[in-house]
Amino acid sequence: MTNPTPQPPSAAPHGTPRLTLRGIRKVYPSVVANDGIDLTVQPGEIHAVLGENGAGKSTLMKIIYGVTRQTEGEIEWEGKTVEVESPAHARSLGIGMVFQHFSLFETLNVTQNVALALPGKPDLRALAKQIEEVSQRYGLPVDPRRMVHALSVGERQRVEIIRCLLQNPRLLIMDEPTSVLTPQAVRKLFETLRQLAAEGCSILYISHKLDEIQELCHTATVLRAGKVTGSCTPSQETPASMARLMIGKDLPVCEHGAASAGGEVRLRLAGLSHASEDPFGTDLKDIHLDVRSGEIVGIAGVSGNGQQELLYAISGEEPLAEKFPVQICGIEAGRMPPDQRRSAGMGFVPEERLGRGAVPRMSLAENALLTAHTGAGLLRSGLINFGAMEKFSTECIAAYNVKCGGPGAEAKSLSGGNLQKYIMGREIMQAPKVLVVAQPTWGVDVGAAAFIRQSLIELRNRGTAILVISEELDELFEISDRIAVIANGRLSPTKPAAETNVEEIGVWMSGMWPGAAGVEEVSHAA
Amino acid sequence: MLLKLEARPEPSKLMAYLSPLLAVALTLIGGLMVFSALGTDPLEGFRVFFLNPVKDTYGISELLLKATPLMLCAVGLAVGFRANVWNIGAEGQYVMGAVAASGLALYFIDSESAMVLPAMVLAGAIGGALWAAIPAFLRTRFNANEILTSLMLVYIAQLAVSWLAHGPWKDPEGFNFPQTKMFADSALLPMLIEGTRLNFAFVIALGLLTVGYVFMQRSFLGFQMRVAGQADAAARYAGFSATRTIWIGMLAGGATAGIAGMAEVSGPMGQLTEHVSNNYGFAAIIVAFIGRLNPVGIFFGSLLMALLYLGGEQAQQYLNLPSSISKVFQGMLLFFLLGADVFIHYRLRLKGGK
Ligand SMILES: Nc1ncnc2c1ncn2[C@@H]1O[C@H](COP(=O)(O)OP(=O)(O)OP(=O)(O)O)[C@@H](O)[C@H]1O
Ligand SMILES: [Mg+2]
Repeated sequence: MTNPTPQPPSAAPHGTPRLTLRGIRKVYPSVVANDGIDLTVQPGEIHAVLGENGAGKSTLMKIIYGVTRQTEGEIEWEGKTVEVESPAHARSLGIGMVFQHFSLFETLNVTQNVALALPGKPDLRALAKQIEEVSQRYGLPVDPRRMVHALSVGERQRVEIIRCLLQNPRLLIMDEPTSVLTPQAVRKLFETLRQLAAEGCSILYISHKLDEIQELCHTATVLRAGKVTGSCTPSQETPASMARLMIGKDLPVCEHGAASAGGEVRLRLAGLSHASEDPFGTDLKDIHLDVRSGEIVGIAGVSGNGQQELLYAISGEEPLAEKFPVQICGIEAGRMPPDQRRSAGMGFVPEERLGRGAVPRMSLAENALLTAHTGAGLLRSGLINFGAMEKFSTECIAAYNVKCGGPGAEAKSLSGGNLQKYIMGREIMQAPKVLVVAQPTWGVDVGAAAFIRQSLIELRNRGTAILVISEELDELFEISDRIAVIANGRLSPTKPAAETNVEEIGVWMSGMWPGAAGVEEVSHAA
Repeated sequence: MLLKLEARPEPSKLMAYLSPLLAVALTLIGGLMVFSALGTDPLEGFRVFFLNPVKDTYGISELLLKATPLMLCAVGLAVGFRANVWNIGAEGQYVMGAVAASGLALYFIDSESAMVLPAMVLAGAIGGALWAAIPAFLRTRFNANEILTSLMLVYIAQLAVSWLAHGPWKDPEGFNFPQTKMFADSALLPMLIEGTRLNFAFVIALGLLTVGYVFMQRSFLGFQMRVAGQADAAARYAGFSATRTIWIGMLAGGATAGIAGMAEVSGPMGQLTEHVSNNYGFAAIIVAFIGRLNPVGIFFGSLLMALLYLGGEQAQQYLNLPSSISKVFQGMLLFFLLGADVFIHYRLRLKGGK
């Protein structure tokens, strides 16, 4: 879908490198995350770091940004050996970072969050203006007055990026910055990054989206199991050849099988309307949708158009005033809390994996208990059956190829993609009648993403009704039987995936589908 | 060279357990310094304060007697603290438990039924729980901070008991002392060891520590409360009710504190007096944290705290030290514990002078 644009010159200006890493090694109790990594970044260079989930990419970036300290090895910044003490120190050197797991304060608003990362005491009003300008200019819409806890992950990602851009860094580290951005926002971001690079800013760019890397980056370094296993010039590679470099074999192809018309209705939204409690949130307006046994329905849309509210309403984290708008396997469930909806047969994967989908400081085994307590029989008369819990967790780790120190590992010690795999596994293994998934492959490497999609399709073939909400159109087209679009709190009619295309869905995403109520009412976030 | 406090990448598990021991050691050292500052031979002071109280069976029985209400209060508080439910008012719940149990004992003062005592335990638990229900209700209904409300209710409870002891419940033959009649034998807890004051409440405390252990470490409900304490959004996602967490957290602390209050009036006191409030409810907060909110730790923490109480009495008697010496030790213990806890999340690093 992306036409590879002409490559920027790969010859970056010569002289002292911006950043040189020598023999970086990082040992965690259960694993060597980085093992003797050498890396050089030139001024003005956009340098990709590739690797499977758990390869050690984030760890390396956190070392450069002073979040953790290397066990061995040295960092040279613009020709001088430095010890990066803290993120504040890194910022004063001219290093900025966009984190994979967001590092925003939920109880503050956007402006306050940005202010915290800037030196001194910025004037909040002027800063809010500045944020609005930058967000306009770079096509990353955010409202500086909104509280962060009320933002969707896509919006949070935009805030992180804007915060970083405002610091005028000389090295910009981006750890999966586009994982939940829409294609349009990615386009804009890339323009911005190219412009920054042209002005001499170096960029370290991590992504599992290989087409993006091919399009954007001058050089790429491949990590596997903490070691550098190769490097390449992305413009001379194809996504498939880079994937091969990364995982050491060819990518498995997703087998979709025949689209099915579906069986009985498992999840029905019958005129779901809900006013958001957050003054900046999106109100849901009269949403109708049926998801049938044995089919996957995808919902596309720009984040901030009501996805979050819709997910909360379906999962029961925000119960409704009335029963009928949400029906699970024929049960009117609108007022039920999440655990009762689970008992009715629903599984749910939220968009934030750390802190919502999993308790960061608890072990993977305990995190299995979080949702699988009844579904997988992990209790015995109100007491925890530790044996069963451990076994379930071990099986999930094995089946979904989760790289970790075992069922006793804390959730927060897992790399992003591996935790996502674990949570997906936990929900799928309970064989739910209805599965609702937000961003199923967020941050997951290409190999594992293919595997997760395949698992979803197999679950569908076994008769589960699946609803996927994602901003990745490619993904939706790959797995969905039917697709709908959410815009400004309204849901479009569904269309069989085979009968529509990216262009049409793109138009719908601005709220203009045939028969849309008030076509002039265009999404505020588009 | 420069010492620098640096965040650890991971909170240290070892340090979490070492920290109470370190605090105890520092308290001892601090204690020795206090003794010498007061002109007492530190070694003599140490002997009188820490060894004298436990030199014979009677001493040990007194230690266990003192530790009992601390164990009771702390184990209930720990249930709430683990779920971020901050019940600071165990002292008030303790008083109300004592009041409820005393009311029953006074009403049945002529009864010889064996049911009086169990009924008093129940009344104590209910009295404490009802007092804790007020902050729980205010928190769940109006989102009022339970730290403030539970603390303020302590003072109300203390004034209420004072009014009862001076007024309606005053023993007419008590020479005008602010106290009730002595309870009938049927309302007194049986002794465990002949010739000591150690009573059955200690067994109840051990039982409740075990129940607390099973609840917190083994039960699904306890797990839900831990999740609620650690990650709101995850608890909500899983459908664990926040309201229920607050109620259970508050009521558990209230009920056990109430039983502790009952054990005091029905044990060593044998009546309700104006001075039933002994600060056990506040000391139990320290005990809960010294014990790392874990029933096994709470058991040992209670013994230590009880030793500080007894040592203080001994120091008054034999060393002519002021009675506030116990409080000084308690304060030091908490201070050093909080200080040592910093090293769970941070470590010291030596840095070359730059
Ligand atoms: N705090 C920690 N404690 C223990 N192990 C850790 C910790 N942080 C990371 N690890 C381990 O280090 C390894 C590398 O993790 P890292 O987050 O760098 O991977 P990554 O390449 O960024 O993966 P992903 O693509 O999934 O984000 C993983 O095996 C992970 O489990
Ligand atoms: Mg990562």
